[in-house]
Amino acid sequence: MDRSSGLPAYLQLVRQAREALRLGWLGPGDRLPTVRDVVATSGVNANTVLKAYRELERSGLVEARQGAGTFVKAGLGSADPAVLAALRARLVEWVRAARAAGLDREDIDALVRSVVTAGETEGEGVAVT
Amino acid sequence: MTTTVAEPAGTAAVAVRASGLGKRYRAKWALRECAFELPAGRVAALVGANGAGKTTLLSVLAGLVNADEGSAVATGRVAFVAQDKPVYRGFTAADVLRLGARLNVVWDEARARRWLERFEVPLDRPCGKLSGGQRAQVAFAVAVGSCPDVLLLDEPLANLDPLARREVTGELLAEVAATGMTVLLSTHVVTELGGVADHLLLLARGRLLVGGDLDDLLARHVRYEGPRSDVPPVLGDVVEARHHGGQSSFLVRLPEGPRPAVAGQWAERAVSLEDYVLAQLAVTRKEPAA
Repeated sequence: MDRSSGLPAYLQLVRQAREALRLGWLGPGDRLPTVRDVVATSGVNANTVLKAYRELERSGLVEARQGAGTFVKAGLGSADPAVLAALRARLVEWVRAARAAGLDREDIDALVRSVVTAGETEGEGVAVT
Repeated sequence: MTTTVAEPAGTAAVAVRASGLGKRYRAKWALRECAFELPAGRVAALVGANGAGKTTLLSVLAGLVNADEGSAVATGRVAFVAQDKPVYRGFTAADVLRLGARLNVVWDEARARRWLERFEVPLDRPCGKLSGGQRAQVAFAVAVGSCPDVLLLDEPLANLDPLARREVTGELLAEVAATGMTVLLSTHVVTELGGVADHLLLLARGRLLVGGDLDDLLARHVRYEGPRSDVPPVLGDVVEARHHGGQSSFLVRLPEGPRPAVAGQWAERAVSLEDYVLAQLAVTRKEPAA
């Protein structure tokens, strides 16, 4: 949780859940942690967690089942898990090379963002090699 | 102990209601025309500069001080931990819990002991021989053990190290999630409130400047940065304006409705809680006394 961020805490939780869905850490049928578990592990207010869960429900990603908890309804991202894993492995290698070259986190973020943005404006895919 | 989680905001009953509340010390009003409703199950932060009236408000709500005008109602059992976290110095933590059990109509010994265990406070040592932080935990344990519906805390985080601050807020939030109690806490540590508090009460010179749901409040405020200008690029109330060289920065409260689009040269930034509170405090300091 980034407490100095201008992004409201509940939206930070929503973003984390969406990222977990996109990366395949969470998939359809998985149960989200209970509100109390999230409160205990993240130090975030229960109302904030409930608000995040309602937001995820509203966007159709999860559903609350009476008395059973909140479950993932739909995945995010269409990539084949094997393809995703392969891409990730190459990215891990790339980040290692970047760190070895002396880049810090901000350098790496800036570089990745600039390449992704350039890729979008040129209308072509971006290869991370 | 119940296991229900706090009802979603908006449907909950009111836990604390103040209307036209005022308190005077001799000729000087410490609190004036203070009115707000705090829904049950909320964790509200009470912020304001030194001398803004935070302790006075909490003392009135706790029933320790009588108001000179208006009324304050807190629903159910109320517990209050004063800023100096008072405990008898000759008593051990176990003695203090025994006292808590005798003095409170409702008492959850296990809950109080769990708090002390969590923070590794020895039960058999006189409170006078405990560290300041440990003494604070004894006071919190008694407050939690009394199973309050409304827990009032005056500067609970002062004099705690950063790790202890995080652990105390974490435990408090867990208690709130487990019991649905309402918390109102005053603090200067605004940076650590994001995600912790969901409601804000901002006092300035004895008057309530802002009160309401934190997310709603922040969503209606935007900071605009751009070329030097006397006015911001959108319609709205300017909370704070800063000018450096050729640049201007405005913190604007937007009117209800969709967010207006801004022209090219202006950058739009979301406002963090810290950003918002500091801007409000800076503005009220410049104003003449009310």
